[in-house]
Amino acid sequence: MRISKVVEQIPPSGIRVFFDLVLGMKDVISLGVGEPDFVTPWNIREAAIYSLEEGYTSYTSNKGLPELREAISRHLKNRYGLDYDPEEEILITVGVSEAFDLAMRAVITRADKILIPEPYYVSYGPIATLCGGKPVYIKTRVENGFKIMPKDISGHCDGKTKGIVLNYPNNPTGASYSRKELSRIAKAVLKHNLIMISDEIYSDLTYDFKHTPFAALPRMKERTIYLNGFSKAYAMTGWRIGYACGPRDVIAAMTKIHQYTMLCASIISQEAALKNGERSTEEMKREYKRRRSFVVWRLNEMGLECHKPEGAFYAFPSIKKTGLSSMEFSKELLKKEKVAVVPGTAFGPSGEGYLRISYASSMDKLKEAFIRIERFLKEEV
Amino acid sequence: MKEILEILEKDARTTPEEIGKLLEISPKAVRNEIKKLEKDGVILRYKAIINKEMVRDEHADVRALIEVRLTPQKNVGFDRLAERIYQFPEVASCYLMSGTYDLLVVVEGKSIHTVSSFVSEKLAPMENVRGTVTHFILKKYKEDGDILKQPERSKRPAISL
Repeated sequence: MRISKVVEQIPPSGIRVFFDLVLGMKDVISLGVGEPDFVTPWNIREAAIYSLEEGYTSYTSNKGLPELREAISRHLKNRYGLDYDPEEEILITVGVSEAFDLAMRAVITRADKILIPEPYYVSYGPIATLCGGKPVYIKTRVENGFKIMPKDISGHCDGKTKGIVLNYPNNPTGASYSRKELSRIAKAVLKHNLIMISDEIYSDLTYDFKHTPFAALPRMKERTIYLNGFSKAYAMTGWRIGYACGPRDVIAAMTKIHQYTMLCASIISQEAALKNGERSTEEMKREYKRRRSFVVWRLNEMGLECHKPEGAFYAFPSIKKTGLSSMEFSKELLKKEKVAVVPGTAFGPSGEGYLRISYASSMDKLKEAFIRIERFLKEEV
Repeated sequence: MKEILEILEKDARTTPEEIGKLLEISPKAVRNEIKKLEKDGVILRYKAIINKEMVRDEHADVRALIEVRLTPQKNVGFDRLAERIYQFPEVASCYLMSGTYDLLVVVEGKSIHTVSSFVSEKLAPMENVRGTVTHFILKKYKEDGDILKQPERSKRPAISL
């Protein structure tokens, strides 16, 4: 069939082949997952079962269940002092992935440029391209903890630059930004009149300081599309519930697209998300923080240099001294020791020489995995 | 330190060196803290949690929950009586309860017979014990937070972005 030129322009994902290799293998210890290692808490699952029993099987309003939007509005107010009107400034989406897609479609006019710090979550660039935009990648460096510098923003802006995507805590590097660091970025955003698309799905997993939403900075709310969801903090990845908050006009525009494409997010998932209440994520955070210390210690101990990530559940160590490429290292490690990691190049060319290691795995598994990685380094490299 | 307990409660075999790495403090500080927790009786002992449903055979112990109604004693209330009861090695747990009875006594024995003779010969005739109701446990599903069946294989794909 004659495929759309725009779609053909998107390079096929090289990582797919590696994924198939992993999925085809048995008894792999996986440090390659982008989701929590526990099942959705029972009270949430039970709520979903109950809602089915009660016959909640219909569409919901396009924007999502009013009660859920109200709960999100209250949560953002209590946690961050952010004011979003549940009627007109919050939209429930099918995961943050859909929210991101809607945001891109809502703001991009043909050939608009979107700044994307690299390494980046895989979907950002392709979606910008699908919307007719031009992704402009900005390299981040290990010396800066993989954080974007305000001068990098200025250096990449021209008259066609419409917006910038920030994802913090970051997948894959674990980098995050303190309020002060964000303020500096905000200055550049203001100077170049950019729209900020802020993907904060890992916000509950910030270890060394309090998470600050970009929209909470002075004068940023009116130019920020805030994206978040329930996947990571409540282990609800498969339920696909995210949300977007922003100024009325952009939420109205996103809702317009959403109603023609998705119509609404699944009612069962929305009912379930409603029941997470104000569950404390503190214990989970302490556990992840300890795993982070363990992983960073072990990596550096065996000579794989690794900066300390400030959030999410990823470490991003350098394997440059082994002389292997990210892909070679990952493939060999999988074949020889049955440990799965994700090559850094899955997240853009500047991920070359790095691995993404997920510590969303039990301590027992992490310990065993690092024994194997250490053996691999001794015997194979 | 609360976090040391949190770690040991999950895995009592975690070494002070490892705990030190997890909490980014020195192993020596961890060792001192653990020594103190042991001395103060916060940590009583370390043991393996065994899924008794898996090692079940005809010789396995049986467990019963026994409701005990007491006549409280002057000055000491139920404490003295409770002590007299929990000293028996057959008693695995003993709780003072609100509601229609006073003590909940968990008794473990080799057979239904041993448990019932403990109740009828030792517990029930005791002075100030006004009555007992015995409930035998037929099957254990979950005990102290552990689900007593083989953990299911994770349904999460081994790799995702």
